[in-house]
Order: sequence, then structure tokens, then C-alpha cells
Amino acid sequence: MRDDTLHHPALAHHFDNLEQQAEAASLGMWVFLLTEILFFGGAFLVYTVYRHMYHDAFVVASHELDVTLGTINTAVLIGSSLTMALAVHAAQTGSKRLIQLFLIVTIVLGCVFLGIKSVEYAHKFREHHVPGPYFQFDVKYVREAQIFFSLYFVMTGLHALHMIVGIGVMLVMLWHASRDRFSPEYYVPIEVTGLYWHFVDIVWIFLFPLLYLIGRHGVP
Amino acid sequence: MEVFPTHHYLNDGYGIRSWLLTRDHKRIALLYLAAITFFFFIGGSFAVLMRIDLATPAGDLVSDDTYNELFTMHGIVMVFFFLIPAIPAVLGNFLVPLMIGAKDLAFPKLNLLSWYIYILGGLFTLHALVTGGVDTGWTMYAPLSTEFSTTRVIPAALGIFITGFSSILTALNFIVTIHRMRAPGLSWFRLPLFLWSTYATSVITVLGTPVIAVTMLLVGAERVFHFGFFDPKIGGDPVLFQHLFWFYSHPAVYIMVLPAMGVISELVAAFCRKPVFGYSFVAFASLAIAILGFLVWGHHLFVAGQSVYASLIFSMLSFLVAIPSAVKVFNWTATMYKGAISWQTPMLYAIGFIGLFTIGGLTGLFLAAIGMDVHLTDTYFVIAHFHYIMVGGTIMGYLGGLHYWWPKISGRLYPEGLARLAAGIIFVGFNLTFFPQFILGYLGMPRRYHAYPPEFQVLNVLSSAGASILGIGYLLPMAYFAWSLRYGKVAGSNPFGATGLEWTTTSPPPTENFAVTPIVTSGPYEYPSPVEKHVA
Repeated sequence: MRDDTLHHPALAHHFDNLEQQAEAASLGMWVFLLTEILFFGGAFLVYTVYRHMYHDAFVVASHELDVTLGTINTAVLIGSSLTMALAVHAAQTGSKRLIQLFLIVTIVLGCVFLGIKSVEYAHKFREHHVPGPYFQFDVKYVREAQIFFSLYFVMTGLHALHMIVGIGVMLVMLWHASRDRFSPEYYVPIEVTGLYWHFVDIVWIFLFPLLYLIGRHGVP
Repeated sequence: MEVFPTHHYLNDGYGIRSWLLTRDHKRIALLYLAAITFFFFIGGSFAVLMRIDLATPAGDLVSDDTYNELFTMHGIVMVFFFLIPAIPAVLGNFLVPLMIGAKDLAFPKLNLLSWYIYILGGLFTLHALVTGGVDTGWTMYAPLSTEFSTTRVIPAALGIFITGFSSILTALNFIVTIHRMRAPGLSWFRLPLFLWSTYATSVITVLGTPVIAVTMLLVGAERVFHFGFFDPKIGGDPVLFQHLFWFYSHPAVYIMVLPAMGVISELVAAFCRKPVFGYSFVAFASLAIAILGFLVWGHHLFVAGQSVYASLIFSMLSFLVAIPSAVKVFNWTATMYKGAISWQTPMLYAIGFIGLFTIGGLTGLFLAAIGMDVHLTDTYFVIAHFHYIMVGGTIMGYLGGLHYWWPKISGRLYPEGLARLAAGIIFVGFNLTFFPQFILGYLGMPRRYHAYPPEFQVLNVLSSAGASILGIGYLLPMAYFAWSLRYGKVAGSNPFGATGLEWTTTSPPPTENFAVTPIVTSGPYEYPSPVEKHVA
């Protein structure tokens, strides 16, 4: 067993054994996710400051978002996190077919999310809710609402970009799986892909209430 | 007579492909060395033009707009393409695996990728440069950068954005490598202090850089798509941009100077033949600087309309950073006390660093004091202060480290006499350039102006004269390092008789660094005490 992992084809030359290699890869992904938290954190900070400054405008503007589509998307994304976790489990048990199945389902769910998101974007374009010279809104809030929609587009846009990257990574994993690269001794690429995908989901778990939900009941 | 090894990383493959596709951390370090040196001289040439223009009170060499672009491009190139990557990407890349007894960094492909990202970011910046330059200052304050500037803000901001990811990937690589790849027996408190400071720097890089990335993104979205974040016309707050910018850019000062502090710890131990005094204090001082460094950005906003209470707290926290910095300075001094000091070139740089960093640090306290800062903000006092930290600190540390490890990198010795002369020229040139700027700032000369009242001319001429001396000082090492590659004496594994795993392998090291993985049984600076030497 031990000798197996020392001459495993996936073992890079500069590591002592597969265990060290796996630990390095997963620590690397955690550190990367830390930078991602700070990356989104900057945008969340801007959101917090302006929500505090222009509370009423943000409440009115958030009413323009489609809660139904947002809720469906949240469910889709949480579902994709489940299938991603199942893909990692399948990798641990060494079932190639299940890895492929769950990765494909995760990719499909990710694409459904992006599809619904683009429908929402299209609505906003038609309603002239894209900030800039053509922005139209209730005259009382037309200035500050632009800040809300600027944040909406940048934050959900960055989130969508991260999903596209994640889908690309999963396609690579699918290709590796089809060539029998993974085994119960070596599945760390699937595992760190899972970490990344869960992170992208968690970002949405914060975006959804902040942009769509809070302040929805009560005033206006 | 030392013999040059027959197999080493420099002759393991020839041709351009063996370099551009290498995964060897040592070769990647040299790729960085070439790229960084290129940007150093680009950034330096802007400084030359500025100093020539400032030799006379009238702004007669370049136009006002061009002068704005000169100081902007000087700042952007020097900060993002030289000072931030210099020590981590060159010396760190070369030394981290060697110092911990590993074959390579944890992610060699990622390491090569980070060099290409750096080059891509550099190309965007060069593109901004040749198509007209930027005039916003390296700080890119909104709404000047988002709305009013008609210059090439977007490619420059993209360059900064992209290069940030190269720093992040390098830092990530170092963190994972130091955690997971240490040789048997190499516990955390046996690590050389260079690694502690590299580690602390990497933590700052990983946490801070993404914030400047998202800030640049917001600036880009505002400028290109007319989104609104910082635009006062729709209720945006330009001061929020300053908060976001300095949340990264103040810690970035420590990204620049902490690695140099790590180098100095190595140099002082090696050339005083003593363990660094208070090892764990120096190690933890690095971490303390990394943490405190994130809590002081508001001292850049004392006159920006920040609340007085916020300013008071930021002022107090800024004073706190002086404590771990002073711990380091005192501990280096205590290490030299009764040490067997040998006055070789790297040690000259180390002593230069300690003196100049002390001046830079103490004048930082002037600026951290709110009352003083109101008068000194945006004067040459600030310019002099941060050049004492960045040029007097970081570049002294970088050059000291480059000399110290050059025999390991190249396998050959540089000419000692010439190198000492260059170190002296740099020290004199540096002080002549920047000390008059303290006085100019105290007298009230504002930064970023190229015309000034005639009574400031004497000090400006002194500064420009110093800059030309400094320029010669920087060209000399370029020349003799290149010379030594061919004609230098063969160095042997350990020409300075220093401790540390990097000196146990051949110079230059083989591609896999060590013939057998070393086993570590002692601390990093086990020099025989003078008493033992006497007995022996």
C-alpha cells in the first residue's frame, strides 16, 4: 500500500508521498478561498456603506428584483452543492460512473442558474435599470438607486463569472475522470473543485438576502 | 581551490524553451530577476526625468501634463512592478525551497504561471505608457480616475489588477510550501528569519491584494460602463475609494519592507557570526507588523474628511506599528554587539538598511501624529519619508540579499572591492537625494509640482545631484554581476561560512536542490560562540 502511493503516477516529483501532495493541494485551495473572501469582501463593504447611507433608496430598488426567480436560483444552486458533494463522495469510493454523473448534474444545474440569471439581466436592461446615462427610476431615488444597481450588476456579475470558471474546471475534471485519473488514493482535484464550488454557492447565499430580501416587508 | 559543479540548474537544459517553460523555482527566480530589473530601470528613468526638470524652479523640461504622467508612471511601475515583487519573487522564489530543504515549491506550474501573469500585467502597463501614459498619480483617486482624467487609466488599472494575481499566487505558494514541505526536523522555530518574514508578507499579500483588485474593478466599471460607486453626482463617496485603496496600499508598504527585514536578519547573523538576538521576538515582530499593518490605513486620510475620532484611533494604531519595527532594529543592533563583524558588501547594505530604515520609521511617526500631518500632508516630507522606507529600506535589503546569495545563484563571486564601492556610492547618493527633501517638505514644498519658488532651488539641485550619484550606484552592480557570471572566482558551496540549508548544497545548486533530503537537528544560526572558538 505504502509503496503504491510512492510510485503513484499522479505523485509529483517534489512531494514525498500522495498524502503530502493532497494536504498541500487542499491547503492551497483554502488559502485561495481566503483571497476570494477578501475579494468579494471589498464589494460587500461598499454595499454595507451605501445601504447604511441610502437605506430607503436601497429598499425601493431591491423591490425591482424578481424574488421568484431569485428563490428558484437559490434552490438550484444549493442543489448543485449537494450533487458536488456527492461527486466528491463518489470519488472517495472510487466510482467513476458516479463521479461523471454527479459532475454532469452539477454542471447542468450551474448552467440553469446562469440561464435564469441572464433572463433577470435582460429584464433589467428592458426596464432601463442598468446604471448610466439611460437609467430610469422613481425620480425621488433616481440617483442613489443607480448605486444599488451598480452593486447588483457587479456583485452578481462577479459571482456568475466565478460560476463560469467553476463549470470550466468541472469539465476538465470530467475529462480526467473519463481517463481514469482518479482513485480512492488520489481524488484531491475533485475535492478542491468541490471546495471552490461550495464557496461560490456561499457567496450567493449572502448575495440573495442582501440584494433581494432584506427590507422587502414593511416600508414601500 | 573551489571547483565549479558539473551538474547544476543552469546547465540542466539549454535554449529559450528550457527557460520559458521551466518549473524550477530557481530558474523562475531568474526570470523574475530579469523582468524586475527591466521595470526598475523603466521606473528609474522617469525619476531621472523628474529630477532633471526639478533642477530649475521653472517647469522647463516637460509640460505640466507630462510631468503628471512622469510621477504617476514612476509610482505605478516602481510600486507594483518592482518593490512589491522584488524580494519575494526573486530571492523568495530562489530561497524558500532551499532554506526548508525541499525540492521545489508546492505548486511549480502555478509558480511559472505567476511569472506570466506578472509579464501580462507589465505589458498592459507598458501599453498604457507608450499610448500616452496616465496622470492620476499611482493612487488613482476617484473621481479623477473614474471621470475627469483623459489619459490611459484603464490599461494601467488592468495592469495593476492582473499583476496583483501574480503576487497572490506567489504568496499562496510560499504559505503552502512553508506549511507542508519542510525537511524532517525543521520545526517552525528552527526556520531562518527570512522565512518568517516571507511568511508574514505572504499573509498580507493574500489578504490585502484582492481588495485592491476589486477596487480597480469598481473604478473600471465606473469609468467604462458609467456605473456609480464613487461619483458624488449620484451620491457616491470618493473617500470610500480612498479607504478601499489604502486598506491594501498601506499593508503593501509592509509587503515591500518585511522581506527586506528578513534579508537583514540573515545578513546580520552571517556577518556577525552570532545567532540573531531574541530570535522569537524578531519572528513574532514580523507577524505583529503584518497584523497591525492592516489597522492603520486611515492615517492616509487625516485631511480627507475622515471623522476626528477615527483619525485619533488610526493615529494611535500607527504609533503601535513602531513597536515591532523597533524590536527588529534593536535586536539587529544587539546581534552586532560583541559580534565578530566582517565588513563585506552584504553587511554594508545591512548597516545601511538599519540606519535608513530608522530615519524612515521615525519620520513616519511625525506623519502619524495628526497635528504634524496636517502641515506635512502632500509635501516633500512625505516623499522623503516613504523613499527612506522603500528605497533606503527595500532596495538596500534587496541589493544586500542579492550580493549575499549571488554566489549561490551564479556559483561565482562578485568583485568585492567594486561592490563595496558601489554600496558606498548608493548610500551617499541616496542620502543626498532624499535628505534635502525632508527639509523641502518641512519648508512647505508640495509634492507633484514641477515649478517651485526660487528659494527652494538649492535643496532641489542637491537632490538632483544625489539622484545622479544614486543612478551610477545602481548601474554598477548590474555591470559587475554580469561580469562575474563569466570572470568571477568560483564561489564554492559556502563562501561566507554561513549557516543555513541553502549553503549545504553546491553553488549553483542542482535542479533537485539537494542530493539527499537534509535532516535538521539544530536552530538556524548555530555559529560557534567566541569563547568556544577561543578554546578551539
